[in-house]
Amino acid sequence: MAELPILDVQGVGKTYAFNDTRIEALRDANLTVRKGEFVCLIGASGCGKSTLLRIVAGFEPPTVGTALMWGKPIQGPAPDRGMVFQDYGLFPWLTVRENIGFGPASRGRPKSELKETVERFVALVGLSRFADAYPHQLSGGMKQRVAIARVLANDAEIVLMDEPFGALDAMTRERLQDELLELWQRTGLTVLFVTHSIEEAIFLADRVVVMEPGPGRIACEHRITLPRPRDVASPEFNAVRRELSARLHSHHAKKAA
Amino acid sequence: MSDATVPNTGALAAPSPRLGGFRLLARLKSFGLALIVPLLLLLGWHLAVKAGMTRLIPSPGEVAEYMVDFAVGGIWDDAFSATLLQHLVASASRVYGGFALAALVAVPLGLLIGRVKLVSQLLDPFIQLMRPIPVTAWLPLSMILFGLGPKSAFFLVFLGAFYPILLNTVFGVKSVEPRLFEAASMLGCRGNAQFFKVVLPASLPSIFTGLRLGLGLAWFVIVVGEMTGVPQGLGAVIMDGRTLSRTELVICGMIVIGIAGFLSDRLVVLLMNRLLRWSPLHHG
Ligand SMILES: Nc1ncnc2c1ncn2[C@@H]1O[C@H](COP(=O)(O)OP(=O)(O)OP(=O)(O)O)[C@@H](O)[C@H]1O
Ligand SMILES: [Mg+2]
Repeated sequence: MAELPILDVQGVGKTYAFNDTRIEALRDANLTVRKGEFVCLIGASGCGKSTLLRIVAGFEPPTVGTALMWGKPIQGPAPDRGMVFQDYGLFPWLTVRENIGFGPASRGRPKSELKETVERFVALVGLSRFADAYPHQLSGGMKQRVAIARVLANDAEIVLMDEPFGALDAMTRERLQDELLELWQRTGLTVLFVTHSIEEAIFLADRVVVMEPGPGRIACEHRITLPRPRDVASPEFNAVRRELSARLHSHHAKKAA
Repeated sequence: MSDATVPNTGALAAPSPRLGGFRLLARLKSFGLALIVPLLLLLGWHLAVKAGMTRLIPSPGEVAEYMVDFAVGGIWDDAFSATLLQHLVASASRVYGGFALAALVAVPLGLLIGRVKLVSQLLDPFIQLMRPIPVTAWLPLSMILFGLGPKSAFFLVFLGAFYPILLNTVFGVKSVEPRLFEAASMLGCRGNAQFFKVVLPASLPSIFTGLRLGLGLAWFVIVVGEMTGVPQGLGAVIMDGRTLSRTELVICGMIVIGIAGFLSDRLVVLLMNRLLRWSPLHHG
């Protein structure tokens, strides 16, 4: 018997009613993610990447189809699926420490355990010096570290990331990519990661899922077999990049024809 | 890079002594600048009285002399000598009493109106209808309802402070970023727990804006409130001064209300800056 996937999206569609018009944001999406996999979603703006992620997170119910986690239908948001937003979504009135402890505290973890967990994850993302700072005192990269730490500290099994590094400068982004990969390899996390950047997708993912718009749907999947750590300047990397961008553009060309 | 990207607010670094010196200088400068206009006005007032432009208004010097008598007595020894404190206490107790009651009712009510649809549908239209009625228009009715005396003043202060606190609280609750609710619920804080962990802290800045406005209005309304025949209070002093044609008394009352209102606003700001340390708009 095949091992149960951590995430199983079956025939999921989403139609938004917007004033009098209806927008089909997502049609018949099928996606299976196994535990420990790093999957990237990529595609043009408006092809339903965020919609799919928000359905998995439980923020929106699908119009048709089902999304299963460990074989059970997803009903609303829960700590086992941690979301990292592009705009961070940190609580501005809490310090770094308190933001990271928000989840465990909400779930009634005992004081001593809470303290130990918080310190561990503050250190893990390298923010010990800023543990008592408020979010407005942090740089974008530091804020995103806090956002990642707070879902990990809350025992998230799968981390959903919606263009988490999109607002950061190139150097900070590269550094956070490295850190995320290291965390992922060390902890056995499962990651579902939305990005606009082909390079980012190839650098990070075990598997890249290509989506296309009008209506939003999954076009194809692409397994990345390059050995890690990957070198974005290597000829092998470039070969994959060319192939993937040809695929992305062929879909566009098909649509234009 | 991570830890090296020190935030440019510098809020985490202790101020160096050199910087402290500069800060003192900057403070003195802004204090000095703030004094220029009032001093010029005082001078203009003094000169206008000296030049005999009016007989009904005393000079600043006379007012200052009367203020001393009003505060500690020993100069004129009339009915108002050394009564400042008791009038101030009477007014302040009504201001803070009415204000505290208004805050106690308006903040929870505002949180409910902003958060619970049914409560909003039930109360919002009514409140919008009542709000345009000026507090002063309530004076006759409040005298019928509460009689001539301190209760009436208390009621008017309550009413004056009530609306700004309520409306700002409702606004604060309604403008909480939806993202924060999503963040809280995916971290395991759902339903009613979000009320205290998200709604309340997120709307605190607006609530404080309401409290500041409300307290300001409370001092504003107290004069009207104390015109309803209360024996004590700064409003009563001003009214008595008017009927007795003692303009210096009127001006002393005005000055004391101004200073008291200013100081109580500073108190709220102090508290606000403490509680809203996290907000980039509020520290300092
Ligand atoms: N709440 C909503 N109400 C109405 N329409 C929506 C809503 N959310 C998304 N849509 C629509 O659904 C479609 C897909 O949106 P989605 O945000 O999933 O795209 P995306 O792939 O994440 O795009 P981007 O790369 O720009 O973030 C878009 O046409 C969008 O206008
Ligand atoms: Mg999106």
